[in-house]
Amino acid sequence: MHVLVCGGTGCQASASAQIIKNFEDILAAKGLQDEVQVVRTGCFGFCEKGPIVKIMPDNTFYTQVKPEDVEKIVNEHIIKGRKVTDLLYMDPENKEHVADSKHMGFYRKQLRIALRNCGFINPENIDECISRGGYEALGKVLSEMTPQQVVDEVTKSGLRGRGGAGFPTGVKWGLCAKNKCDEMYVICNADEGDPGAFMDRSIMEGDPHSIVEAMAICGYAIGATHGLVYIRAEYPLAIHRLQVAIAQAREYGLLGKDILGSGFDFDIELRYGAGAFVCGEETALIHSMEGKRGEPTLKPPFPAVSGYMAKPSNVNNVETFANVPIIITKGADWFASIGSEKSKGTKVFALAGQINNVGLIEVPMGTTLRDIIYEIGGGIKGGRKFKAVQTGGPSGGCLTEKHLDTPIDYESLAAAGSMMGSGGMVVMDDTSCMVAIAKFYLEFTCEESCGKCSPCRIGNKRMLEILTKITEGRGTMDDLQELRNLAAVIKDTALCGLGQTSPNPVLSTLDNFWDEYVEHVVDKKCRAGVCKKLMRYEIDKEKCIGCGACKKNCPAEAISKTDYIAPGHKLPSMTIDPSKCIKCGACISTCKFSAISVK
Amino acid sequence: MAKVKSLAELKAMREKLQSNLDLREKSNDPDSLVQIKVAMATCGIAAGAKQVMEHMMEKADELKLGIVFTQTGCMGYCHAEPTIEVKCPGKDPIVFGHVDNNRADEILTKYVMNNEMVDGVIPVNYETI
Repeated sequence: MHVLVCGGTGCQASASAQIIKNFEDILAAKGLQDEVQVVRTGCFGFCEKGPIVKIMPDNTFYTQVKPEDVEKIVNEHIIKGRKVTDLLYMDPENKEHVADSKHMGFYRKQLRIALRNCGFINPENIDECISRGGYEALGKVLSEMTPQQVVDEVTKSGLRGRGGAGFPTGVKWGLCAKNKCDEMYVICNADEGDPGAFMDRSIMEGDPHSIVEAMAICGYAIGATHGLVYIRAEYPLAIHRLQVAIAQAREYGLLGKDILGSGFDFDIELRYGAGAFVCGEETALIHSMEGKRGEPTLKPPFPAVSGYMAKPSNVNNVETFANVPIIITKGADWFASIGSEKSKGTKVFALAGQINNVGLIEVPMGTTLRDIIYEIGGGIKGGRKFKAVQTGGPSGGCLTEKHLDTPIDYESLAAAGSMMGSGGMVVMDDTSCMVAIAKFYLEFTCEESCGKCSPCRIGNKRMLEILTKITEGRGTMDDLQELRNLAAVIKDTALCGLGQTSPNPVLSTLDNFWDEYVEHVVDKKCRAGVCKKLMRYEIDKEKCIGCGACKKNCPAEAISKTDYIAPGHKLPSMTIDPSKCIKCGACISTCKFSAISVK
Repeated sequence: MAKVKSLAELKAMREKLQSNLDLREKSNDPDSLVQIKVAMATCGIAAGAKQVMEHMMEKADELKLGIVFTQTGCMGYCHAEPTIEVKCPGKDPIVFGHVDNNRADEILTKYVMNNEMVDGVIPVNYETI
């Protein structure tokens, strides 16, 4: 028998170490130490109800266990085999005690649909994929459905583009299918570019066959026989696994001529991108595949009318495709039963930042930010205070504490001033400066702007200059207004989605963290201590003994002797000349008397 | 491999492959049936999953343990890479995090050989369809 005790940060703070010790002591006293083993585990992600104790092999899940409860658990459960009812998790809805962790609502918070095979099958073995039902959806559409029925099924499921904009996938397919042509293309957009996002890479590396299968299904639905995957060259493993998957599918006759004896032909080629953010925009992506510069063009014409090589093309994101086979096998109604009213299914997020359980998660649409951060994510690192969560990458925005109960779906996030985006989610605590964060994303957009239209090329540059001014303590209140003006113009006039959304990080931080901007401008202060130019290093003349160690170490010769000798000390204290100080922090690390501080 | 000609053939194939997998999972021969999956997406490999897998394979040979090693995709526990899932016959699979060579040895000698649990179990926190 095994007793698993949660050793996550949250549970440790509420005495889980004492619980482990009590278990060990009591079990030893009863001579059970050889039969029952006590183990500390990683975070169960259920910190709200911690400390957690789980008894294996019967999966009994005890919550809010106190050190004094241990004796009872040993006597009742371990010795007599009776569960301690009042420590079992209580279902908040029907108020019943749940004994088995597999039936707890909490474990239904994450549902893996797009990631269904990731971490389960060997991605380089098609047999493992087939044993999990792989390619059956393709078989089903080819033998039992008409192309129109496939389009209708996907439309009915309510699946929307997972690249971020959320256009209904079935509608997109239907528009493309109308433009019948001798040559049409299915394009998979695997140009994942948001900083810190890796949802699509994980799918391609963990379950490449789902993409191959979905592209073939899409080809059948719209009448295309060619598939193209636009993938960035810096994803070598994803490329390798896709190549293996495509080769295996060809060998089994699941790609190529006359698939499954249906007369339908379809094959897939890979195209490599050089890693430009703008090439995730579908028109720029198509131009890049054609060998032209990766620049967007005005829509219309949409790719559904004139895409790759001026032929009708349908572009979908990796995660969107990963959902398609399961919609076909399990049905549109099943898929539509998951999620919120207007956003169906699940969404994969790369959860990062100042959070305990950094990870790749998949939750049903409608899950709240609070559930993601505090339950799945296990709360903020080091027990610090939550400050903001950034969704949608360089096109999204920062949400605050008041948005924590926002359900995650396309509309709610947009209404709160951010966006779904492709799935990056960065959690920030009070050591993050929101002006610096806005500046970071704008630096990214400036670097990645293709330069074709002036609002994006010049406008973002001007905004970045203003933000730099503010973080260096030279900002004025007029600058804040100017930021808003520029943002409005860029939003309205930029050519593509990248440009139109690029002011979002600035706008959302202006809206949600106005005080912090004002502090930077008026008080010349950065409360998080991030903006270097606003920091001041000071020597406490009472504490300084005048040893001169800091003076010797200062690379900028900014430290000099004063005339003041503090009571009890023999040498005059030191002082820092702020005009010379480069804020490197060398003095602080050399001072043995904690006389230097940052203000 | 001959080409799959129809949906019926594909389904038959699935059943056959599934029973192969079941055989691997449910057979009564306890010595040959421990399965270890190593999460090997780019990030897992960068965290050292490949070296750990190679090390475990050598160690398993040395200890004469019949273990089926499989590489798999991302399990989602970025905070605890490298991660491995150990499935001993007749038991629920268990995920271990932060597995380096030393921890791998510990898992093989303690958990796999003697059913002794070792620290650092990662509780699975999702449902898969």
